[in-house]
Amino acid sequence: MFLGNLASLRYFLPEFAVTATILLLVVLHVVTKSPRSTASGFLSLLGVGSAIFLAGIAPMGAGRSIFEGMVAHDGFAVFFKVLTALATLAVIFMSMDSKDLEGRSQAEYYIFLLSTLLGMFLLSSATDIVMLYLALELVSIPSYLLAGYLKGQEHSTEAAMKYVVYGATASGVMIYGFSLLFGMTGSTQIAEIGRSLAAGKATLPMLLAAVMVAVGFGYKIAAVPFHMWSPDVYEGAPTPATAFFSVGPKAAGFAVLVRFYYTVFAAPDSATGLWRLTSTVDWPFLFAALSALTMTVGNLVAVQQNNVKRLLAYSSIAHAGYMLMGFVLLSPAGIQAILFYLVVYLFMNLGAFYVVVVVSNATRGEDISDFTGLGSRAPFAAVALAIFLFSLTGIPPFSGFIGKVYLFAEVIHRGVYWLAVVAALNSVVSLYYYARIVRAMFLDEPKDASAIPVPAVSGAMLVLLAAPTMILGVYWEPVARIAADSVRMLAF
Amino acid sequence: MGFVDSHILSLMTFLPLLGAAVILCVPKGKDDVVRWIAAAASFLPLLLSVRLWFAYDRTMAGVNVASQFQFVEHYAWIPSINVEYFLGADGISMPMLLLTALLSFLAVIGSFGIDKKVKGYMALFLLLETGMMGVFASLDFFLFYVFWEVMLLPMYFLIGVWGGPRKEYAAIKFFLYTLFGSVLMLIVLLALYFNTTNPETGGHTFNLLHYMAQGTHNAWLKGFDVRILMFVGLFIGFAIKVPLFPFHTWLPDAHVEAPTAISVILAGVLLKMGTYGMMRISFPLFPDMAVYFAVPMAAIGVVNIVYGALCAMAQSDLKKMVAYSSVSHMGFVMLGMAALTPLGMVGAAMQMFSHGLITAMLFFLVGVVYDRAHHRQIDGFGGLGAVVPVYTAFVSFAFFASLGLPGLSGFIAEQMVFLGSFEVFRTLVIVAALGIIFVAAFHLWALQRVFLGPLNPKYAALEEINGREMFCLVPLGILVMIVGVWPMPVMNLMNASLVRLVDLVKAVI
Repeated sequence: MFLGNLASLRYFLPEFAVTATILLLVVLHVVTKSPRSTASGFLSLLGVGSAIFLAGIAPMGAGRSIFEGMVAHDGFAVFFKVLTALATLAVIFMSMDSKDLEGRSQAEYYIFLLSTLLGMFLLSSATDIVMLYLALELVSIPSYLLAGYLKGQEHSTEAAMKYVVYGATASGVMIYGFSLLFGMTGSTQIAEIGRSLAAGKATLPMLLAAVMVAVGFGYKIAAVPFHMWSPDVYEGAPTPATAFFSVGPKAAGFAVLVRFYYTVFAAPDSATGLWRLTSTVDWPFLFAALSALTMTVGNLVAVQQNNVKRLLAYSSIAHAGYMLMGFVLLSPAGIQAILFYLVVYLFMNLGAFYVVVVVSNATRGEDISDFTGLGSRAPFAAVALAIFLFSLTGIPPFSGFIGKVYLFAEVIHRGVYWLAVVAALNSVVSLYYYARIVRAMFLDEPKDASAIPVPAVSGAMLVLLAAPTMILGVYWEPVARIAADSVRMLAF
Repeated sequence: MGFVDSHILSLMTFLPLLGAAVILCVPKGKDDVVRWIAAAASFLPLLLSVRLWFAYDRTMAGVNVASQFQFVEHYAWIPSINVEYFLGADGISMPMLLLTALLSFLAVIGSFGIDKKVKGYMALFLLLETGMMGVFASLDFFLFYVFWEVMLLPMYFLIGVWGGPRKEYAAIKFFLYTLFGSVLMLIVLLALYFNTTNPETGGHTFNLLHYMAQGTHNAWLKGFDVRILMFVGLFIGFAIKVPLFPFHTWLPDAHVEAPTAISVILAGVLLKMGTYGMMRISFPLFPDMAVYFAVPMAAIGVVNIVYGALCAMAQSDLKKMVAYSSVSHMGFVMLGMAALTPLGMVGAAMQMFSHGLITAMLFFLVGVVYDRAHHRQIDGFGGLGAVVPVYTAFVSFAFFASLGLPGLSGFIAEQMVFLGSFEVFRTLVIVAALGIIFVAAFHLWALQRVFLGPLNPKYAALEEINGREMFCLVPLGILVMIVGVWPMPVMNLMNASLVRLVDLVKAVI
């Protein structure tokens, strides 16, 4: 039962809030030309904040399909809307702090940021391949602009260029896959496609379509071998934008990945409480291999990095690999593990980038050597970064450990032991490179011992990001429940 | 006293953490205030441990029976996956809790000489104490694992920031080794969770006591190959901590680079966690595998004894020698446990306790000379006996205790291990007994080179051991003597539990 366009509007309020903010920003951009004005930053905060509020209060029930089946309004979508909006909120604070963006037009930057957010909202709720494709492009195109925002800087331009070329290729391959699906089933609704495929036997085109779509989504979550763009983009883009890419679009990528594959190639089985494959395409195995490859390549290459942004880029590739573990199990608990991990990952990864912003504001550099002696130069920021990094490693009592426990647990529960062992060994490898930064901060003596100032707002934001990283490591029941509820409502 | 008595283990575990939090609030520059807060925060658990000693009922065995644990605290923590906050003490954990409380306090006093970043040092040290206490008090595997891992962070920093010249290398090596062991343990932990049920609720459980009831295991977990893999995974995790050959290579590095007080804790408490883990988890959970692997485990123990002693003899650095002596001594623990006889098991636990006291003395003593001479080369001294007679007396005492002189605690423990395991592994025990010769040899040879012979004129004015240092050594020395001549009080503490443990394992044969 699809809701018509008019009846759907009341379930579309968060998107309206973001759209309205974008339009206001355009006006603001015309009115104030001063690049130093913080008005656009505050306006964006307001807009995103109200979007979170509206997403939170929307009546839910069993969920519904709105706009004639184009978009789903369910717990799963709302979870991702709140998640991506929270990430955007933190990134806006970070952007207002960062010296990367000094002297450049502020309003335009926030317009791109919020357009991406709007795209992510739609991406996490799209249930029609046309809508899905549009949403993906709405995420991608402003992202290209964000990556290249430091006009005149070679790195930034290179980043944008790479991003565009890779992005265009990936989405081209993906839409080819979509066209195969449409050709086989005659429908653009993913639920309808799933039903038709379950009845048919066209294996080869189906496999082709599954793989081609995987290219598009794999590119968005930066899974190996579609990750090549990300280190260069992460290094070249303004740091807040990098932080944003590593969390927001990645989360939205996971949302669409889960929704698409589970709807098209699998169906919930009420007898076992699990999903079962309805088609002959064994995509769980495909993605299990991808998961192992992604975490291993990400971690091994991260070991060799000296630039912290680049290091975090590879580490975030590895984290996508960990999260893929939950995706291949065809179980609600597996998806719950992904959702839970995304929450803790949001705080710890954004936190780590936040400290990078603070440090590079002062040192104008992002190499590990620029972090030398941070433990005495800016003790507070250094301790915060240590917390984020150890949490990313997955060491208790920090939340990253709990996130990993959930992922490992489900993999072990379903008997995929080899993947659990690979992931465990990867955690050990990751300690080595995260600890390199910690070592520089606390163990090595700095050449320049002058204090690095941490502005009050940055300090407060670091507390806001570090607190959940610590608290969720000790008491995580509420978030686990929210994640579990958001899985159950996955409906179309 | 009602609240204190009913939460005594929690208080012992978290008072140091509270102390660490208080220390972080102390303004900069007040280093003495920080030191005394740390001393207080580690003294309170010591006081509580005295209470523990007197309140503990020595007739209750514990091990696998929940109702026989004492000072139990049992609450739900994360209900959705059945993680529990479950603390309790029995004869396996009691000696370790007492040892931890004592050594932590003495190590804080021994750290008063640290003057670099005192605040950070003391806060991390207290966090470490929380982790150690928690490991020995936990009866929920998840909780155990969290405490087990929590120790890694402070240890990394304590070695890495306050350590010697190669501190960075030693710190990360320690961290990587132990994390490798831990992730194996994590996989076993999760596999256990999904293949056992809590008989009361029917849900999965992390409760160690439920794991010990073999009836809670499902068919998969009863498979022979599965149990081998799980036992070996756990064993490697614990063996790295002990450390057993061939996983011991992190230990000399970590010990040599760590500051004195941290070496004391590392050797005195952390190494025991490995063998404690085997007693608390590996053996009672997989009794069939403990029997199956008894000979290899005993052989590893003997290799540790002999190889550790030979390595110790080859060292030119006094601290490295003491570090390898720990490898050797921990071999006795493994040998005694592997015998699976009550005497061997009690001997192993006694050796854990006694080695904790003796090795703490040894590292304190090495620290004393290092603080004055700024090197530890055994051949770089000579004739110190004439210059620092009191110090020489202390070192001689500790060395004789370490090499197993009758009348001191090491002798009792090692003899019990030999007696308990001789019937089971004759050849291995004979080899191990020959290893004792090497143990004696490296101690005596080092003693001779440092304290006897012609005086090295460079150290003619070496300062005598001071009051604070003696304060750390005297209680340990007294305990070593008391346990050496009258071991019954300590043995009574653990006897019932260890006999139960052996019965539990033997029941599967």
